[in-house]
Amino acid sequence: MTTSSSVLSVRGLRTEFLSSEKTWFPVVNHVDLEVAPGETLAVVGESGCGKSMLAHSVLRLLPKKISRLQGGEVLLGGRDLTTLSDEKMRQVRGNDISMVFQEPMTSLNPLMTVGNQIAESILEHEDISTADATRRSVELMDLVGISEPAVRAHHYPFQLSGGLRQRIVIAIALACKPKVLIADEPTTALDVTIQAQVLRLIDDLKTEIGMGVILITHDLGVVAEWAQRVMIMYAGRKVEEADAETFFQGPAHPYSQALLGSVPRPDAQIDSGDFAPLVEIPGTVPPLNKLGPGCAFADRCAHRTAGCTQAVPDFIEVAPGRGVACINAGDLS
Amino acid sequence: MWLARLRYVFNRVLHGLPIIFAIVIVNFFLVRLAPGDAAQVLAGESGAATEEYMRQIREQFGLDQPLYVQFLSYMKNLLFFDLGYSFRHGREVSSLIFERLGATALLMGASMVLSVGFGILLGAIAAIKDRTFLSNMIMILAIVSYATPLFWVGLMLIIVFSLNLGWFPTSGIATIGAPLGFWDSALDVAHHLVLPALSLSFFYMALYTRLMRASMLETLGQDFIKTAHAKGISEGQVVRKHALRNAIMPVLTMAGVQVSAMLGGSVIIESVFGWPGLGLLAFESLFARDLNLLLGIFFLSSILVVVTNAIVDVIYTIVDPRIQLRSNTRNG
Repeated sequence: MTTSSSVLSVRGLRTEFLSSEKTWFPVVNHVDLEVAPGETLAVVGESGCGKSMLAHSVLRLLPKKISRLQGGEVLLGGRDLTTLSDEKMRQVRGNDISMVFQEPMTSLNPLMTVGNQIAESILEHEDISTADATRRSVELMDLVGISEPAVRAHHYPFQLSGGLRQRIVIAIALACKPKVLIADEPTTALDVTIQAQVLRLIDDLKTEIGMGVILITHDLGVVAEWAQRVMIMYAGRKVEEADAETFFQGPAHPYSQALLGSVPRPDAQIDSGDFAPLVEIPGTVPPLNKLGPGCAFADRCAHRTAGCTQAVPDFIEVAPGRGVACINAGDLS
Repeated sequence: MWLARLRYVFNRVLHGLPIIFAIVIVNFFLVRLAPGDAAQVLAGESGAATEEYMRQIREQFGLDQPLYVQFLSYMKNLLFFDLGYSFRHGREVSSLIFERLGATALLMGASMVLSVGFGILLGAIAAIKDRTFLSNMIMILAIVSYATPLFWVGLMLIIVFSLNLGWFPTSGIATIGAPLGFWDSALDVAHHLVLPALSLSFFYMALYTRLMRASMLETLGQDFIKTAHAKGISEGQVVRKHALRNAIMPVLTMAGVQVSAMLGGSVIIESVFGWPGLGLLAFESLFARDLNLLLGIFFLSSILVVVTNAIVDVIYTIVDPRIQLRSNTRNG
């Protein structure tokens, strides 16, 4: 992945949080990523691995009192978002880069019609009359596949189903044709049929508008179907990056291998008649404010060697867009 | 829409009738539990407490009748909105009450606006500026005014602003004997209103401030606030358009319930400030054992509470589209 073709480049991003003991600890630690227009980058990891923190850091949506950016840059259209004033950043949000959240049931203001909630974003970023903004919001609702958009625009969120609400949230995010869309587990709260519809919608619109998509998920099935490239995060760090095909053929990091290994494969089990118990990764993600000196995954790793607990392994890039942070990666593949 | 709302209020009040009826019955017997009657008070004051005189008074007011006869005749009169006759004032209870109603409505209305308005404002500020000096000061102020007795606040305000500073009159509703035009007399009443309204609103303001802060903090932590931020609208707009309206609901609920409590508070404040309203009238009639008058005031209060609650319900539907008006009627 060459830098010139990227719409969003994150380099060396480090975000810290304030612990209850009043010490700062990193939740996003030296993360690099590139997204090209029309491309979907999946950011994958368990709960608490820092994927959402990464997304919130890029949009600068984290509460200022308990979080701070401690180095790195976020380049969007030649501008470094980390150096913008709050006011300038506000103009970027929802305009050049927007976000779809996890919970469609609570992501919308219950007291405002959905049409107005879409129009609000347009009115904020564009010099446009209220009537035109309203018309545009109806068009957007049509675009995200809502039938009778002119009628539904006057509905309140409680009158719509979860799938429809998530479409509204997507319509809000797309209102100003952003260059980048960050979708933070957009389908976790939806059932499987709706999930496919919503992801297809994001995929279609991505091509149509030519935006880059960062798809945050823990569902490798979703990754296999919709992402062109994959980035695996663990304990706030990027541990592996690859294009989707390479990744699924041969994940290099033990954590990635373990993640893939724990995907249930009912078809294979039915074929072989062997119903093995679900594979799980032993242990949990360590608390980010209590990390030791070595690799954060070492405690749970099946391939741990003496060197693993000595120092945090560097992320070694073997080719553009292909790399891994594991000292034993060479021996594993 | 508005017609539907009006019909809803009407229906609610209709459903409130049995409640009011029950309140009237309970009150009728409750007030008679107090020792002594109007005859004793009147006789005591005239200084001629002969048995003969007292019997005469009781006969005149029907107090010599058995209790159930008194009750039945009271209820019969009430059906025709006849609240009876005040022993003390020698006048129709209804005309006495209506004379005083305006003053109390004014006092309560002003206190309501002040306490709800400032409660919402201060609570919202305390939530937005959470864990800052400003927020802490607001919450300390709220706790202090919450813990301070109404009458004490009233007396202190009189001492400071009337006696020492001389900014406001100490009591009454208007300057006596001042020949004024409409606007001047309105201004005069407003001038008299400041201290009583402030005293009455302090406690409730504290209540609403605390409620609003809690509700606002909760609302600000919700997902749709994050969505609003992600849209790139300004902080001020996020608060005004998204947080405030959602946070305001519990305050509205509480304000509706507190109308009746405020009526009780106005008894104290009206006594302290000599405000010629229903509270003062109730206070006086209690000591004069002027039971008809007292019952009349209670009756009116119960109607007021039922009507206010219906109105608050309608206000909900204006603020929150999720709440629909549905009367307990078959096709409603």
